[in-house]
Amino acid sequence: MSQHPAYETDALIAEDIEAYLAQHQNKDLLRFITCGSVDDGKSTLIGRLLYDSKMIFEDQLAALESDSKRVGTQGADIDFALLVDGLAAEREQGITIDVAYRFFATEKRKFIVADCPGHEQYTRNMVTGASTADLAVILVDARKGVLVQTRRHSFLCHQLGIRNLVLAVNKMDLVGYDQAVFDAIVADYAAFAESIGIESFTALPISGFRGDNITAAPSAETPWYSGPSLIEHLETVPLANEAAQERSFRMPVQWVNRPNLDFRGFSGLIASGTVKPGDPVRIVPSGKTSTVKSVVTFGGELEKGVAGQSVTITLADEVDCSRGDVIAAADDPPQASDQFEATLVWLSDEAMKPGRGYWLKLATQTVTATVQEPKYEINVNDPAGVGSHLASKALHLNAIGVVEVHTERPVVFEPYSGSRTLGGFILIDKLTNATVAAGMLHFSLRRADNVHWQPVSTTREQHAAIKNQKPLVLWFTGLSGSGKSTIANAVEERLAHMNRHTFLLDGDNVRHCLNKDLGFTEADRIENIRRVGEVARLMTDAGLIVLTAFISPFRAERELVRSMMATGEFVEIFVDTPLEVAEARDVKGLYKKAREGQLKNFTGIDSPYEAPETPEIRVNTVDMTVDEAADYIVSRILPLR
Amino acid sequence: MRFPRKNEPLMKLTHLDRLEAESIHIMREVVAEAQNPVMLYSIGKDSAVMLHLAKKAFYPSPPPFSLLHVDTTWKFRDMYALRQKSADDAGMELLVWHNEEAKERGINPFDHGPLHTDMWKTQGLKQALDHYGFDAAFGGARRDEEKSRAKERIFSFRTASHGWDPKNQRPELWNVYNAKKAKGESIRVFPLSNWTELDIWQYIMAENIEIVPLYFSAPRPTFEYEGGLFMVDDAERLERVLGKLPEITERSVRFRTLGCWPLTGAVESEATTLAEVVQEMLLTTTSERQGRVIDKDEGGAGMEKKKQEGYF
Repeated sequence: MSQHPAYETDALIAEDIEAYLAQHQNKDLLRFITCGSVDDGKSTLIGRLLYDSKMIFEDQLAALESDSKRVGTQGADIDFALLVDGLAAEREQGITIDVAYRFFATEKRKFIVADCPGHEQYTRNMVTGASTADLAVILVDARKGVLVQTRRHSFLCHQLGIRNLVLAVNKMDLVGYDQAVFDAIVADYAAFAESIGIESFTALPISGFRGDNITAAPSAETPWYSGPSLIEHLETVPLANEAAQERSFRMPVQWVNRPNLDFRGFSGLIASGTVKPGDPVRIVPSGKTSTVKSVVTFGGELEKGVAGQSVTITLADEVDCSRGDVIAAADDPPQASDQFEATLVWLSDEAMKPGRGYWLKLATQTVTATVQEPKYEINVNDPAGVGSHLASKALHLNAIGVVEVHTERPVVFEPYSGSRTLGGFILIDKLTNATVAAGMLHFSLRRADNVHWQPVSTTREQHAAIKNQKPLVLWFTGLSGSGKSTIANAVEERLAHMNRHTFLLDGDNVRHCLNKDLGFTEADRIENIRRVGEVARLMTDAGLIVLTAFISPFRAERELVRSMMATGEFVEIFVDTPLEVAEARDVKGLYKKAREGQLKNFTGIDSPYEAPETPEIRVNTVDMTVDEAADYIVSRILPLR
Repeated sequence: MRFPRKNEPLMKLTHLDRLEAESIHIMREVVAEAQNPVMLYSIGKDSAVMLHLAKKAFYPSPPPFSLLHVDTTWKFRDMYALRQKSADDAGMELLVWHNEEAKERGINPFDHGPLHTDMWKTQGLKQALDHYGFDAAFGGARRDEEKSRAKERIFSFRTASHGWDPKNQRPELWNVYNAKKAKGESIRVFPLSNWTELDIWQYIMAENIEIVPLYFSAPRPTFEYEGGLFMVDDAERLERVLGKLPEITERSVRFRTLGCWPLTGAVESEATTLAEVVQEMLLTTTSERQGRVIDKDEGGAGMEKKKQEGYF
């Protein structure tokens, strides 16, 4: 059925089994998941991988053939989905309910595949599969293109830190192997991927059913495709496993090993780095230091233990250390905190209860934690806006949100982006013992350290530190109708999504209240800007990022405001729109009035606009969209610390 | 964050290294969080690997739990011989459980078919767990063995009546296992979930783990019964149950999987070394459990149904 031969059993097995085994003793291990919408062909693809790599035996194939005829969905052909849909309910309904783990190996690697359900109600199982995966294969039906479930699963994979994404455009046989169909889907997906921060992905045109581009590429049907086959890609994609050795040493202590009075060892799985006898270590959170005496295993003491190994460490000193503590490199230990910001994926039918005590388990630490009302929920349902933010009171089943987590005692942690082990946690309902949420820590909210401060002694640096940001004034200047307010709003929205504390001072709004006594004479316009400058300065003292949208036509006033701010905190943004363009837009009908003489001292008509000579940032609104301008500005002011 | 120290090449961990580390991590989590764990020991090659990993996980301490064999009295004699020796070598207590009701009613694999497995193994296991009050039990099952196993979590939660609800499994994130449970409830833990049959054999070779000699081919007395080939492990008992001895032929056979001798099909083979066994396995075209009668009951859903009823 495939134009390419399936994997042949290695001739070496029959000829020289010892040589074959020696060769296969040292494979590495890639864990990946397949996900995507219902009926995109996930189970069929896995069935195909197992079949092509000779993991399906004759008796299984015979059973499969008879099952295919009885309940299959492929007519007279073999329905590979029946191989992996293992539960009775799944075979009856023709759907996949739970993550199925499958195993196959090629000459280069051993693979563990988690086949993840496409139905929305089983998103929690998909998260289960994704949490241990190095790579995700996102399947798309070539006839249907990118669907909501495709976006949702891509987003979840990205949230869970999977950096290797494969877009497998499946069922190419059903669209006549048309390159245009493939290219359109890839372009559609690329736009979406970029919008949620996915940096790169690999796209392949395949047919799981016919076997195209699965084991060899290009298939005869897709001569236009120049990339690797799916198997080739899976065999060669670089693994992050060894890279963990390059980071600082951390080992969460699982169990204290005390067979007798002479031996006291600390058992655990090394999360990152390496450990050798003589290495100085620190026990976190206590902060006590010691030196590694030995790295003990059943097979003998090791010269060096590395990330990914389960070992038992003995220390030179009698220091207090027990389950939940983390033994770490003395010069670079992880932090402990009792307040965090985290992304939560809610996995339970019973919605999150803000303020309720849950068990939080992170690595080997279990503590009581409460979750505050979500800062926002991340939209994973609306097809148009996957990744956008929604207001939320509590998270319901399959919802994803950003929350503040408080723990009853400090938890040793690292941001999830740097460590799945010390950044990933689960929440457990204390009554039902169900696992109700998966969490990924962002950073510590250092409020715990700050409550003791006297308000009078709180400096502007402390205000900024609390907000975890560098205060700034983003001063938008430009003609009326140039797009200052619109772009400033778009920038503020992005900063809010990045959890920055901002405030937008808009020209029109300020004139309704603070400056309602001022008119439009040159003197009043200068006073208007001076007052706005003072307010902006106070707000930067409070640690805020202030966005102002004023025409502010005079160079001198803008320089005055600049001089009021701390060095580097004033960012002049010139919204550069030619008069003709702004006048043609005339959103508020003001240019028309000014031309007709009904409006005096209107900038650009009968009052000058002095364009900035060396603004920090210039955006050209003729060539850039609002979003492009906003993205550009945000990119220029990062990292905001 | 520090940069890599000079002259320190990264150490490559193989798939077996990673599987071993994962299994050890799982066992330590159970010991740290469960009140009264036990390791189910069936004397087969998977049990042998699991026991070896337990020795590694807690060294230099002996594994801090007992071994439990839920016996049917119909295991091969070679298996009984290795059972006590393995426990002694590991410095562990061996508990053997017989379902008294099955014994009294003379339940056997020839006359009672599926009831034999249900009474001796499924009911026997529940009785033993309840009797000793074990709240966590290690089992050597692998996900590559069978379709419903492929969907089971590593920490598999069971109700107070030992039932498994496949549609309501706890999500299992990263390697953070939820071992919380109410009184009376228990957890079955499968440290070998991610191992394949080939991994098991490679590990047995690499670590030189002792296994029952029945895995290797030898001339053995065999008889044919209902289309399968079986070994006469106890002729006297066979004659007693069947009324007369079947035709016995000496054949060169071995076993790919071990259970009750009247239920475990033999395969004709010349493989007498580990390498030859693996070679035969790799060249074979039928799956491992094919020799076992148990999966074929109840259509395709045999194992799932047994698990829901409390079978391991």
